[in-house]
Amino acid sequence: MKHTTRDERTLLEVKHLKKHFPIRKGFLRRLVGQVKAVDGVSFYINEGETLGLVGESGCGKTTTARCILRALDPTAGQILFRTASGQVVDLATLPENELRPLRREMQMIFQDPFASLNPRMNLLDIVGEPLLVIEGIKSRKERAERVAEILRLVGLRPEYMQRFPHAFSGGQRQRIVIARALALHPRLVVADEPVSALDVSVQAQVLNLMMELQQRLNLTYLFVAHDLSVVKHICNRVAVMYVGKLVETAPTDELFYHPKHPYTEALMSAVPVADPRIRSAMIPLEGDVPSPANPPPGCYFHPRCRYAVDICSQEAPNLEEIEDNHFVACHRAHELKLRGIGG
Amino acid sequence: MVLGPDAATRISPAHEAPLKIDDQASEIMIAPSEGAEAFYVAPNWKLVWWRFKKHRLALVSSVILMFIAIVALAPGFFSTQDPNATNAKELFIPIQTLHFFDEGRLRPFVYAVVGQRNPKTLRMEWQIDQSKKIPLRFFARGYEYKILGLITTRIHLLGPASPEEGERIHLLGTDRLGRDQWSRLMHGSQVSLSIGLLAVFLSIILGILLGGISGYFGGTVDLIIQRLIEILQSLPPIPIWMALTAALPRDWSVERVYFAITVILSLIGWTTLAREVRGRFLALREEDFVVAARLSGCSQGRIIFRHMLPTFASHIIAASTLAIPVMIINETFLSFLGLGLRPPAISWGVLLQEAQNLQSIVLAPWLLLPGLAVIITVLALNLLGDGLRDAADPYH
Amino acid sequence: MSSEQRPILSVRDLKTYFFLDEGTVKAVDGVSFDVYPGQVVGIVGESGCGKSVTVRSVLRIVEKPGRIVAGEIFFRPRKGNGRLLEGSQDGYVDLARLDAQGREMRAIRGAEIALIPQEPMAAFSPVHTIGDQIMETILLHQAVNEEEARRLGIERLREVGIPNPEQRMEAYSWELSGGLRQRAMIAMALSCHPTLLIADEPTTAIDVTTQAQVLNLLRSLQQQHNMSIIFITHDLGVIAQIAEYVLVMYLGRLMETGPVVDIFHHPLHPYTRALLKSIPSVYTRSRTFLPTIEGSIPHPFNRPPGCPFHPRCSQFTAGICDQKTPLLQPVNEQQSVSCFLYHRRAEED
Repeated sequence: MKHTTRDERTLLEVKHLKKHFPIRKGFLRRLVGQVKAVDGVSFYINEGETLGLVGESGCGKTTTARCILRALDPTAGQILFRTASGQVVDLATLPENELRPLRREMQMIFQDPFASLNPRMNLLDIVGEPLLVIEGIKSRKERAERVAEILRLVGLRPEYMQRFPHAFSGGQRQRIVIARALALHPRLVVADEPVSALDVSVQAQVLNLMMELQQRLNLTYLFVAHDLSVVKHICNRVAVMYVGKLVETAPTDELFYHPKHPYTEALMSAVPVADPRIRSAMIPLEGDVPSPANPPPGCYFHPRCRYAVDICSQEAPNLEEIEDNHFVACHRAHELKLRGIGG
Repeated sequence: MVLGPDAATRISPAHEAPLKIDDQASEIMIAPSEGAEAFYVAPNWKLVWWRFKKHRLALVSSVILMFIAIVALAPGFFSTQDPNATNAKELFIPIQTLHFFDEGRLRPFVYAVVGQRNPKTLRMEWQIDQSKKIPLRFFARGYEYKILGLITTRIHLLGPASPEEGERIHLLGTDRLGRDQWSRLMHGSQVSLSIGLLAVFLSIILGILLGGISGYFGGTVDLIIQRLIEILQSLPPIPIWMALTAALPRDWSVERVYFAITVILSLIGWTTLAREVRGRFLALREEDFVVAARLSGCSQGRIIFRHMLPTFASHIIAASTLAIPVMIINETFLSFLGLGLRPPAISWGVLLQEAQNLQSIVLAPWLLLPGLAVIITVLALNLLGDGLRDAADPYH
Repeated sequence: MSSEQRPILSVRDLKTYFFLDEGTVKAVDGVSFDVYPGQVVGIVGESGCGKSVTVRSVLRIVEKPGRIVAGEIFFRPRKGNGRLLEGSQDGYVDLARLDAQGREMRAIRGAEIALIPQEPMAAFSPVHTIGDQIMETILLHQAVNEEEARRLGIERLREVGIPNPEQRMEAYSWELSGGLRQRAMIAMALSCHPTLLIADEPTTAIDVTTQAQVLNLLRSLQQQHNMSIIFITHDLGVIAQIAEYVLVMYLGRLMETGPVVDIFHHPLHPYTRALLKSIPSVYTRSRTFLPTIEGSIPHPFNRPPGCPFHPRCSQFTAGICDQKTPLLQPVNEQQSVSCFLYHRRAEED
């Protein structure tokens, strides 16, 4: 089957992606329900750009990221990826053996730099592993040369190659994770909360490194995060998720200064500003995030939304492009005047 | 700098240009000394060893176990008598205390015992004769035995200096057939320890295989194996063992009974290990570094053997070490009840059978000493297992 | 001086060390600060800076092998708590001298000084209802009967904005969502009207919208009860929103202290300055490189000599900063700084 993406610049296009986890109970593990962790998510990323995927815990952003790299198998939907040869493939249905050669083109950076490195392998083996299993570089010496080059690229000394992960601090470990991801010169890098486990003073180092590497290697990032300041800082465009669905997608400044979805507005106003003179009037969001196993009818946000009208509790809104490149899933997107940052 | 909307303009232009990445930008470790570098490049087993070394009790236990293991490998060398040789004239001889120094010089000896039949009870009563020393020597010649079934020799660690004159010693006394208990204890250690080891080894193989299949593949296979384990674990073990061992033909040779008992013990024992392995597999499958390996294009085999197995190998070793004493106790217990090994096989359980009635405990309390050997061994193994378990994951 | 202008808590040169096999970790190494009635003091710092150990020392709940090795923790209990003040002339007790498990300390902990921990899930017992646990605290510290304790408990739950407080009294902590659980934790901490509330990263484990709810709640409760709060966080945004007075900690020492506006708009210590510059904010221009602090926080066993920040400091002076440890000294009317750029006073030894 021949696939096409939005346009020639699109590296990745996700269409109606779903991931449902079964809930099983009892002695024979009978199916009693489903957690709709990701429930019909669509977005695209252009080559060389950074798309931020934000949302609160349990909104399905990490599951989405893992489905794209097929760390999890999606339940439904398409994940269209333009390979280096220009061909468009659907990653969602590719069998593992056809997926493996594509692994070099897409890699992942994990949140916890302590869990994502095998403590029993030294840097040479960790960073050299993709070189061995995908590029098939059998000579240890040759691998060492390549690894040294990559380590220098991420700002680590090649002399550290014999060291094990326990020798490094969190920030340094995250550099190692980045080095491993970049070993095969991927085109798409999915970064799942890459700085949220790091100390404040180290976050900036890693963010700078990621931006620097993007410029140098023409990388495309899917940047998953819950910290809006970080997302605002690093992303070209941002997609906001709530209970397994996208509520809004827009270019970064557009989204932050002119949000069109009430949830985005509430999220922005809740960010504590690092300025004691601006003690912002936060928009109080009542209640709690609903469970993806048992979401409310209609728009999932309506029970907490202060702009909700009758239709919101009856019909689920679709994600529509209401301005150029600005997608919103809200029945009242056209009429509402919402407050962005500084507004 | 981050304050207010105008802050962005204040960021110095120098930082708008791509940062030059070199060693300066990297995080500087504070003065790595020689020792620190050794720590940084230390592989897993070294870290485990460093951690284990701090566990004093485990360290002492491993030394004790080393001695016991040496004895179990060559019990004949440590014996002073043929363990199966009966002697109707030397029933129930009490402990002959070993003295190393005679008049300030290293010259081991024991005092002789003389027997006198009590005219009322017609029982032999043994007295230590302090006037008569039986001189001993190291590497003395005694009865002929084989080490590991290969080397035939007559040399023993300790023995009477002049055996040809009929001098015999009983360091831990004799039993109702006049057999030397010290020598029997030495030989018993071989059977008891090896049954424990072998049974655990079989359990590990079964446990890793079935637990691994269950944990890695999941689904229906997992469901079936888990239910099987639950059923096996809910069976009361004692009646099952009794039934199984009672079913062993009486005319089987000592070796065949020995292996049969081992298999019976491990048939029940594997379930715990299988659960352990499955649990580790399930937890590890979701670990970020295993996911990362998959995303790096590693094959299933590589993921299992390069990433998963080494990670829980140390846990499995620790769990197995803790399983050995259970097996030893089980064997002792079965043999004590007469359901396990039967004479002429010698195990600690068989030895304890001699101490089953009150009469022998009152008249010959030294017959309980094999129990002490069991306690020391089991305790040492448990402490060693504890130490290994604590050291198994040195990365907090 | 009226009692209102005297601090409720005055920590002087506090040192809490951990004695491990590998060596001694000086988690808190000479910290002094005051908390005034009705004041919100924020302690900000990164991992390993000792902010948590500092307040745990105040509450006397430092785990072994940690121990307060020096310093005083003067606390001014309520007038009614008279027995505590035997032998004291100015109304203060030195908590560092009390027996950590003794009666006096237990009378203060929970009743006069309360704690909101980071993980409310771990702080509540899963086998007792929320109501039972709140009532237990009330009965322990107040002379009321069970019925009255129950009424007070419901009142507290209502006060923190928990819907249907009567029903929630019967709920278990694991039945509540993260936000409600943290509210219930606050209700429990407030159950005996403490004069000093210690919040140890109370919003770290919860989402940003829930965090906003909790911060709003704490702010309004503080004003209603005129409590003092010590608020610990690593999030500079949260500190800016809630604190009046800020203590910046690094590797067990105070780097800078001052009113929140001065700390954020006129930071003096190179660490404070660098930290503020390096955090991304929604107001900074997107996709610009951030100024960074070089290096990483040293391992506690590898504490550098001299000023703890000097290996990462862009303004460090060789021969001074790496040899002498600067003391925290007032440098203007509001701020105190421990840095040789502003004064010469060093720790003697």
